[in-house]
Amino acid sequence: MAAQCGRSCLRYLLHLAQDNLDFRLPEIKSLLALRGKPFSPEENFKEKSPFWILNGICEDDVRGFMARSVCAKSAFELWGHGQTQSDLKTSLMNYALENMTQYMQKDSTYRINVYTFNKTLEFAERIKRIDALEYIPFEGTVSLKSPQHVFCLLEDYGTDPNDIPENPYYIYFGRWIADGQRELIRSHSVKNRHFIGNTSMDAGLSFIMANHAKVKENDLVYDPFVGTGSLLVACSHFGAYVCGIDIDYNIIHGKGRSSRKNQKWRGPDENIRANLRQYDKEKMYVDVMVSDASKSVWRKNPLFDAIITDPPYGIRESTRRTGSHKEITKPADGIYVESHVAVSQVYYLSDIFTDLLNFSAHHLVMGGRLVYWLPVYRPEYCEAAIPLHPCLQLISNCEQTLSSHTSRRLITMEKIKEPEECDSLAQMAEPHVSLYQGHNAFREKYFSGQNKRGAKEDNKPQVNGEEANDS
Amino acid sequence: MKLLTHNMLTSHVKGVTKGYPLLIKAIEVKVNEVEFNPTFVSRMIPKLEWSALVQAAEELGHRQDLPSELVADYENNEDFLKKVHRAMLEVEVIEGCLQCPESGREFPISKGIPNMLLNEEEV
Repeated sequence: MAAQCGRSCLRYLLHLAQDNLDFRLPEIKSLLALRGKPFSPEENFKEKSPFWILNGICEDDVRGFMARSVCAKSAFELWGHGQTQSDLKTSLMNYALENMTQYMQKDSTYRINVYTFNKTLEFAERIKRIDALEYIPFEGTVSLKSPQHVFCLLEDYGTDPNDIPENPYYIYFGRWIADGQRELIRSHSVKNRHFIGNTSMDAGLSFIMANHAKVKENDLVYDPFVGTGSLLVACSHFGAYVCGIDIDYNIIHGKGRSSRKNQKWRGPDENIRANLRQYDKEKMYVDVMVSDASKSVWRKNPLFDAIITDPPYGIRESTRRTGSHKEITKPADGIYVESHVAVSQVYYLSDIFTDLLNFSAHHLVMGGRLVYWLPVYRPEYCEAAIPLHPCLQLISNCEQTLSSHTSRRLITMEKIKEPEECDSLAQMAEPHVSLYQGHNAFREKYFSGQNKRGAKEDNKPQVNGEEANDS
Repeated sequence: MKLLTHNMLTSHVKGVTKGYPLLIKAIEVKVNEVEFNPTFVSRMIPKLEWSALVQAAEELGHRQDLPSELVADYENNEDFLKKVHRAMLEVEVIEGCLQCPESGREFPISKGIPNMLLNEEEV
């Protein structure tokens, strides 16, 4: 089974978390692309499986992407695998001894872990599993507390908790290399975040977005609907300098009602800069501004390495932009006071995308990525509904289901050419995008499921509340 | 507002053709120490409008000896990179305003945050 070859063609086993399934493949691919490496899985690769075998990379690559991944739990150098204990043994016996000996020296210490997916084993059973591996010529001493080398036997009992087989479907054995960054989900939890809003992005998804965007050290990253800056927190963790804008003066200045249950008003110093400071990343803070994403204030140059955002879709926050439908009669007087509140008008969903894609085409560096969420009414979704732009290549499109008929999709695009005159319009004129043209029509559909349930009390969904526009 | 941001901003007032750079009318300026990162500074220099950075630093009285021409081989010139770092990331306008050089429209800066919103008749 295992090919007899040198350390150059080792294979690696990846154990992935079984949530956010759609987001895993683009994450690992993006992180490998950051290192200039291809994603080359073993032949019978199954995307939804918690175990992947990867070829064509080295241990440094594995350590590199495990230092970033929130989808992967652990990575191993794969020594053997098979459907049964005896298959595993054959596979292990065929594995090149030269790849193993350096980890099995006399003066070394080691331990063996047993990990079972979709089944819990009794302690005695686990010991049996380890004893059964006696054919591997370990010469070192066992140390449970601080071993130099950790090995792992992994058994896969499938993904159906209601149908757990007696024997595993598949068994792997390997040398542990690194764990992923699942810990970030807890350490950066929005629950303990200094400054939050009603729609702050959860920590896990924020890091996944930063990974899909290939955010790296010394990048400049921009969020045009910055809200409380959750995405900037994630990007700054990976060493990027960050900036953002929001049309909501109160959010940017950290004023107004608190989103916390037991707190009525936001306290002083509740702002994005303080959020970065909380994680010791204030040095990555560039600026935030009160500004309208539909009226770009940036000079037209490739300024940003990544644009990563959660636009307001009027579902949990209102969509607004400055401007008025009324004829303007009032003279300007030349006086612009800080307290002036610009009249805002509804910002159509299709316009949000047109603006966002056009902006990205002009302001991303070549190869830079745009990552954003697209709300979807599932019965009408088709791939043609994804907005396109001649300068931006679609990289990935992952669904997060919200209800039986609604979801949002995380769209990743990469800039492949500088815009020319003729590229100035995103390919929006085509009929499919009409899904998003009638802004309210989309929202009504989006809420139609809830409407059916609550139809008697209320026919019209009230979504355009006064809550903060925040992402 | 840091001068890096100022360097990337332009006036978006309707009809304006020469909206760059915005003039800075500062009431309060602060220098906040930021960890020096030569790689990031080197990466940003090609994206900067050099003369606008020098002019802005000059206006705020923080030019020090930032040269009016970009030096050659700056990646290896730590002394120079430190000066750019200071101008770009450490000097911050806390109170004041930005002004469109053509229309004269002013954008207030308060607590370090510019407000770039236009009124409804300006868009």
